[in-house]
Amino acid sequence: MNIYKLFDDAKRGSKRSLGRLLSILESPSNESFRLLKEFVKHGGKSHVIGITGIPGSGKSTLISKMISAMRRKGYSIAIVAIDPTSPYSQGALLGDRLRMQEHSTDPKVFIRSVSTRGVKGGLSLAALSMIEAFDAVGYDKIIVESVGVGQADIDIMNTAHTLLVITMPGVGDEIQALKAGIMEIGDVYVLNKSDKPEAAKTFEYLKFALETGELEIKHGWTPRIVKTSAIMGMGIDQVVSIIDEHYNYIRENSIFMDKLRDRRLFMLKLLVESLFLDNLDDMYRSGEIEELFKANDYYTSSIKIIELLLKKIRKIDNS
Amino acid sequence: MERTANLLRGRGRRIKVLVAKLGLDGHDRGAKVVARALRDAGMEVIYTGIRQTPEQVVSAALQEDVDVIGVSILSGAHLNLMKRLIDLLKKEGADDIPVFLGGTIPIPDIPKLKEIGIKEVFLPGTHLNLIRDYILGVVGERKEH
Ligand SMILES: Nc1nc2c(ncn2[C@@H]2O[C@H](COP(=O)(O)OP(=O)(O)OP(=O)(O)O)[C@@H](O)[C@H]2O)c(=O)[nH]1
Ligand SMILES: [Mg+2]
Repeated sequence: MNIYKLFDDAKRGSKRSLGRLLSILESPSNESFRLLKEFVKHGGKSHVIGITGIPGSGKSTLISKMISAMRRKGYSIAIVAIDPTSPYSQGALLGDRLRMQEHSTDPKVFIRSVSTRGVKGGLSLAALSMIEAFDAVGYDKIIVESVGVGQADIDIMNTAHTLLVITMPGVGDEIQALKAGIMEIGDVYVLNKSDKPEAAKTFEYLKFALETGELEIKHGWTPRIVKTSAIMGMGIDQVVSIIDEHYNYIRENSIFMDKLRDRRLFMLKLLVESLFLDNLDDMYRSGEIEELFKANDYYTSSIKIIELLLKKIRKIDNS
Repeated sequence: MERTANLLRGRGRRIKVLVAKLGLDGHDRGAKVVARALRDAGMEVIYTGIRQTPEQVVSAALQEDVDVIGVSILSGAHLNLMKRLIDLLKKEGADDIPVFLGGTIPIPDIPKLKEIGIKEVFLPGTHLNLIRDYILGVVGERKEH
């Protein structure tokens, strides 16, 4: 299989080819490094939108409605759905796609699920590599869904150009609980399920949090609060137009490019970690490390291991 | 540990399965039970929901790059629907993805389905382990080629 042909076909709109490219990117290899090199030449244009918030708050349903509204504006859209899987069960039942499946056959929409457990190089690395791929292939908007609870989730959300934090009525305390993570860095706060009676109270709470400075003002942008009901289709156009407004705002100053640079730098760090740790793991399992340690003290063993790691990593050829 | 190793495809990737309900009937209990059993067997399962068209299922399978497609049909329209699904896969050059079918299928239809290109048919009451082992088998075969 020729990866450059896959990439060409993907750019021409082949979902089959793009689907396979994304699988190659799930873990670092000769091919994935070659592809990433190619992506950097072509990408750097897509608007990355992070959607995070309380489990079950309606993120996927909302995204599905947003896709409809954004398609009316003519954007092509890729979705990276990071599924919150239980760390206790071996496998994963990926449920985000189900809510967006009506868009499956739209040639300008591409939905890909990523599971926490399925990828060896780490979730963040897989998700970020996929963002690079969608960017290089030419999608206007890349939407990333994640619950934003684990460190990996938070790291990914931090790389988005525009961040939406989704909440729902009656969860004031949970907002507090999530605070340590991602709740205070949204560009837009969406109170979904506002068809529910307790919505007014939670809305007041959010407004209060904004007024008292609990919600952070980033790069001179004052966060917005919007009420939606994804199932009734209410407030969706408003969300989409605020996202456009934020996009124009970050385009007018250097924030868009700064975010892109930060995202790629962060990915580089993850790549190094993955190369290092995967190979270290192999050496540990194969008994190589034990051999070295028999003949050397801790420090000398460490140096020798690192030298060996470098040798192994150099075998990767991305020319 | 041994079992987990079998489930990995490529470097550290799990077997990915698409489970879909084709056609007009809305009974998805069976499909969901299978989806959960496969998840518990350590696979990544994508469930696309009820009332899907062959186009939607194929498109999802390509985007998710799944290893195998499992379809459940109770409406009786299995011959037509599965033919359309296989034709679409062929058109996309993706008919190497094995497709299995579950549901209330009259026995005389099974040879016809296999002729169309359906790899396996599971009738109601099939033990879930059998479906799991079947998938482990076909995905293993596919990797070797
Ligand atoms: N009342 C009401 N229910 C909604 C609304 N939006 C979504 N839901 C329901 O909330 C439930 C969860 O919706 P999802 O879209 O799966 O929520 P999610 O945040 O993506 O969930 P996870 O990905 O599991 O964290 C579903 O039963 C939806 O039908 C809404 O605006 N109002
Ligand atoms: Mg979701």
